[in-house]
Amino acid sequence: MAKLRTRKHKVVLARSRGGDAGITFVLVILGAFMFIPMYYVVIQSLKPLDELWMFPPRFYVSNPTGKNFKDLFSLMSGSLVPFSRYIFNTVFTSVAGTFGNLFFSSLAAYAMAKIKFPGGKGMFKLVRTSLMFHQTVTAVCCFILMSAFQMIDTYWAIIVPAWATSLGLYLMKQFMESSVTDAVLESSRLDGASELRTFWVIAMPMVKPAWLTLIIYSFQDLWNKGASVYIHSEQLKSLNYAIQQITAGGIKRAGASAAATVVMMMVPILVFVISQSNIIETMGSSGMKD
Amino acid sequence: MSSKTAQKKAVARKDMSRAQWTWKEMKRNWVAYVMVAPFMLIFSCFTVLPVLLSIVISFTDFNLLQMPNIVGLDNYIRLFLDDDIFITAAKNTFIFAAIVGPASYFMSLMVAWFINELSPKIRAVVTLIFYAPSIAGQAYLVWATLFSSDAYGWANAWLMKLGVITKEIAWFETKEYVMPLCIVVALWTSLGTSFLSFIAGLQGIDKAQYEAGAVDGIKNRWQELWYVTLPNMKPQLMFGAVMSITGSFGFGGIVTALCGFPSVDYAAHTIVHHLEDYGGQRFEIGYSSTIAVVLFVIMIGANALVKKVLSKVGS
Repeated sequence: MAKLRTRKHKVVLARSRGGDAGITFVLVILGAFMFIPMYYVVIQSLKPLDELWMFPPRFYVSNPTGKNFKDLFSLMSGSLVPFSRYIFNTVFTSVAGTFGNLFFSSLAAYAMAKIKFPGGKGMFKLVRTSLMFHQTVTAVCCFILMSAFQMIDTYWAIIVPAWATSLGLYLMKQFMESSVTDAVLESSRLDGASELRTFWVIAMPMVKPAWLTLIIYSFQDLWNKGASVYIHSEQLKSLNYAIQQITAGGIKRAGASAAATVVMMMVPILVFVISQSNIIETMGSSGMKD
Repeated sequence: MSSKTAQKKAVARKDMSRAQWTWKEMKRNWVAYVMVAPFMLIFSCFTVLPVLLSIVISFTDFNLLQMPNIVGLDNYIRLFLDDDIFITAAKNTFIFAAIVGPASYFMSLMVAWFINELSPKIRAVVTLIFYAPSIAGQAYLVWATLFSSDAYGWANAWLMKLGVITKEIAWFETKEYVMPLCIVVALWTSLGTSFLSFIAGLQGIDKAQYEAGAVDGIKNRWQELWYVTLPNMKPQLMFGAVMSITGSFGFGGIVTALCGFPSVDYAAHTIVHHLEDYGGQRFEIGYSSTIAVVLFVIMIGANALVKKVLSKVGS
């Protein structure tokens, strides 16, 4: 036991100096690889025109300016469809899709995790398998089905599929299984509460970290949606699509384009910063057994 | 009381056929079906049904306009024997997945492991730095700026300044550079869900396991990783693998955004691009479904393979 020493309130052993140095070195290199491009995005958005077109390009800005952001907003106000419409579209589909997903996924996850019924395990296995199916792969047949349901070119085409995501159900079910104890549910059932009531009053408040995780995944996905094959009308298109159109304007719009990227990326990143600890807690039960 | 009912049920079950018992259980748990119904209905419509439908359509010549005819295996024969671009796409996809899949997986695992011993506050900051690119929407377009085709791109500027090249390189329009660059960008955006899952898995390992390991004669951190840490987070490793595989085979949008569609000489053309080409632009739905089915089979095969490899961890 002499070899053991305590570091950072955790028992570890035989950490060689060389190993520590090596790990730190690799971590710094990888960190730089991840961080520098992100940093460059922000720096670009603050550069005035003459610094944007400087040879060689600089990784800092001498005269930071907010002009690019102003340009972006004036470009926005010049669009055919009022820009507020694009913002509304994205916010509306993100919110409606996310809350529907939270509700339907939790409801199904509760039944699969906490009620034993014929077919329950099979359904979950199906959902787990479907984690492998990438969206683009199912897109063509989805289009056919959506035209059959007459959902093409409506908000429903974006919102309804978002209500039932495999990852959402998977994470919620795993988390419920590990953090909602059967004893609590049993006592509620014995008190005469219906299964739905037990779900809503007892189980749901116990899985708040998983709500947040689900909200964030769903929201990010919908927020970052660009042009969709299901939507043709200009009035229904997303903010991301509109911004891409603006920024596709070549050299003149390089500054506004950098500003747009910053605006769009800030939202998911801020949401993640606020909810990081909850997401990590949820991920603790994300493992696949067997 | 609950044990008593369980006993009663166990006796009752013997007297019934399997079907009868299942029916009784289904009636008893009808609420559960009500609860899963909305999710399963939507999930079936937009995830399961499209997959099944692709399998059926892949045997037809459906093109959205005419009544489909059954053509048997013609689409599959055409795909493998008569479509050079598909072979290129398949080759690119395999190269891509074989590099990006494992590399992003090990990078996620290594970084998660490295930062595991940091204090919680620093860990949160480092997590953000590594995770941010994967959620930052269009931020990957910055690579098009860094490697732009004029002298204002960072790569060209410095190579010219240092005298390595005399003329600008059009990075994303040159056959030799397209694939490596896309791989780099893919890696940059790839520390996503599996990374978070690994961090959580490492946090969740019982500390007593490490002490027990030390007593059992584990000498250094690498042995500790192999014999204690990894076996304890196997479920997360499996989940992470599924997410990495899906990500690396389904990767296409970023390539289109950076290199255009189709990419120069099809140098970064993947199966997903081929699928979009036939499904979204030429409306050869039958043929594109064939491509989709082939991609499913490849993904399922890759998952089975990874499962086998992961069962060897810690032994």
